[in-house]
Amino acid sequence: MFMFEKALVGSRKYWIWICILLAIVLLGFLAYLRQATVGLAVTGLNHDVVWGLYIAQFIFCVGLGASAVVVVLPYYLHDWKAFGKTTMMGEILGMCSVIMAMLFILASMGQPQRVLNVLLYPHPNSLIFWDILVLNGYVLLNAVITVTLLGAKHEGVPPPKWIKPVIMLSIPWAISIHVVTAFLFSGLAGRSFWLTPILAPRFLVSAFSSGPALLIILILTLRRLGVFDAGLEAVKKLALIVTYCMLINVFFVLMEVFTIFYSQIPGHTEHFEYLFFGLDGNYQLVPWIWLSVLFSLVALTLLLVPRWRTDTRLLTWACVLVFVSLWLDKGFALLIGGFVPSPLGAIARYTPTLNEWTVVAGIWATGAFMITVLYKIMLSVREEP
Amino acid sequence: MNITRKDFLRLSGLSLLAFAGKKAVQAVTGLTSAPATAAAAPSKAVRWGMVIDLGKWREQAGSERCGNACSAAHNIPRIPDPAREVKWIWNQPFEQVFPSEQTVYTRQTYAGRPIPVLCNHCENPPCVRVCPTGATWKREDGIVMMDWHRCAGCKYCIVACPYGARSFNFSDPVAYIVPVNPEFPTRCKGVVEKCNFCAERLAEGKQPVCVEASPDKSMIFGNLADPQSEIRQVLGARFSIRRKPELGTRPNIFYMV
Amino acid sequence: MRERALIGGGLALFLILFTYPLWHAAAFRTEAKQPRLQLPTQSKECVAPIPYMRADHMRLLIEWREDAVRRGVRRIHLANGKSYDASLTRTCLGECHTNKAEFCDRCHSYSGVSTPYCWDCHHKPQLVAAGRTP
Repeated sequence: MFMFEKALVGSRKYWIWICILLAIVLLGFLAYLRQATVGLAVTGLNHDVVWGLYIAQFIFCVGLGASAVVVVLPYYLHDWKAFGKTTMMGEILGMCSVIMAMLFILASMGQPQRVLNVLLYPHPNSLIFWDILVLNGYVLLNAVITVTLLGAKHEGVPPPKWIKPVIMLSIPWAISIHVVTAFLFSGLAGRSFWLTPILAPRFLVSAFSSGPALLIILILTLRRLGVFDAGLEAVKKLALIVTYCMLINVFFVLMEVFTIFYSQIPGHTEHFEYLFFGLDGNYQLVPWIWLSVLFSLVALTLLLVPRWRTDTRLLTWACVLVFVSLWLDKGFALLIGGFVPSPLGAIARYTPTLNEWTVVAGIWATGAFMITVLYKIMLSVREEP
Repeated sequence: MNITRKDFLRLSGLSLLAFAGKKAVQAVTGLTSAPATAAAAPSKAVRWGMVIDLGKWREQAGSERCGNACSAAHNIPRIPDPAREVKWIWNQPFEQVFPSEQTVYTRQTYAGRPIPVLCNHCENPPCVRVCPTGATWKREDGIVMMDWHRCAGCKYCIVACPYGARSFNFSDPVAYIVPVNPEFPTRCKGVVEKCNFCAERLAEGKQPVCVEASPDKSMIFGNLADPQSEIRQVLGARFSIRRKPELGTRPNIFYMV
Repeated sequence: MRERALIGGGLALFLILFTYPLWHAAAFRTEAKQPRLQLPTQSKECVAPIPYMRADHMRLLIEWREDAVRRGVRRIHLANGKSYDASLTRTCLGECHTNKAEFCDRCHSYSGVSTPYCWDCHHKPQLVAAGRTP
């Protein structure tokens, strides 16, 4: 049913890539063991910044989960035939991203062996309860879809009729994962940086930028490696989606900036000031946020000019810039900015430790490993006569 | 019967899932998450609250007696790194506790003066709302309680608390506890802790240790639901403020100006 | 033909190794030493019948814990008329089972039970033994 044996046959380059990934996974696992033994003291977290790199990666990876719906929706609902060869790639990428996100949650917990308490003692008041449900549900949905469709292709028969409503369900479900993750933050009265209705829309559009950007990079990589060509038509359409969503993302940020700086409530402006200009001599995040701004502007320039957007080399660069810019924003600044200044006005410093980075690298490598193996199976099934 | 190997495996897998699913449903519905009312429920309503007299406190000039008494009674570790402190009640400068109350013209009356801060045991606590496991909940008597057996260390409660009243155990705290009170447990690494209003002492009819240790009756503790109580008399006589009331948390710690 | 002998021999060897725990004790006339417990000296009567405690003390501990911590019921009244303060630190470990190494650990090691992490927080016996109490 899972055809894992197809992932055991590959070229030399494939095996070198797998070995590199597994080595990083092992390092990350050892670093995590150290954290599990000593406690979260091995990270850079402190009394005021209790959620750091791990949870920021979680937010970003949930965003990458949009890579599925961004191709599934147009293909299945609006018959965009160009996306025909990308839907499975998107579904696998989306599913593995959400698995990574959940691994990051586990990594950040103080008593991870008690994680089942969330299900044994359900508390629907808590957004974490709903997040666990929608994230696991999404992985399950995509897993069922992928296995069924690949299985049908392998057998050489059309997929069963019941898979259509399941795929349809995955579309609103995919939207929900971003909304629920944003709701984790946007309902907290004590954290004014996140207490904005535009947080969920921001999460959605940045997801719809970062997800397809990564998908484009993967499509072009497979194309360059000569193993699979999903079609330049699909790449062009995805690039358009990234362009528009990045524009809307920048627009949303500017909306926030206006409200915050025109209304001038100190409790709200402080967080933006800390991020963009530094506060009380602490400039830790200033260079990174401006780098994110710079990258997004350069990326938008490359994307807005049609001649450049359709050039695959420039498009790859634009997508990398989009990915990094959104990683700096959603994968770091957005989270830390909410904690500084603290409820008691402290300007805390947060620097992730080497141990933390190693665990992060390990989980990213786990995701890359899963994607590689599943893509290998997908491509092997595609190549069958 | 002619059954293929694939179908047999599918059938066994589904049967196993159904069996496990039944057990899972039993586990989820059988265990109650909400704490039931105590069998020995008090006959009259109790709502614990505290008043801190800032005027009297100012005279104490940052007394550490309350914090020390609490630390000794509850085995609170003394972590050397201030960024990783675990604290239930501590002194904080006035302008950081009431940031919206500062003006250039009134600064000299309060600037830098330490006042005690602790968990406010809010009527509408955001930390309780966000806890996914029910490791923190609001009791009938108003105390926002913690169950360190249930806490999974997700730290969402710390994120939700608008007052910075909660602390996380980044490592095993036992080595940092000096001296140890053998009558009260410690906590382990990876759980969140905060002031519990000395629930174990209230059960024996005693006052919280910080109130007992507070110099010159600068802290008054009592039953807000009893109109005849001392705390109600005090609150009725003089004006008091609470921390960030605009957030709707309805704190039960009052600061008399 | 030769394969049949190999397969049969291999299967037999596997079965012998697989059932080792079942026949070893009988064959070599060894007996596992039952754990010798150092019974508490302070009190004579256990809170529940010994067979029940031996099998289900975890259940009793969790019930008392849920009563004390989550329901605020700190006084447990038993059917035999006795009442106890539901505190693991003060009552169970403080009054009776003060010797972790010679009581609790003996059975737990024998049965291979490594899950109880109660002593991570409820330290009384170790702390008193280590002289860390004031």
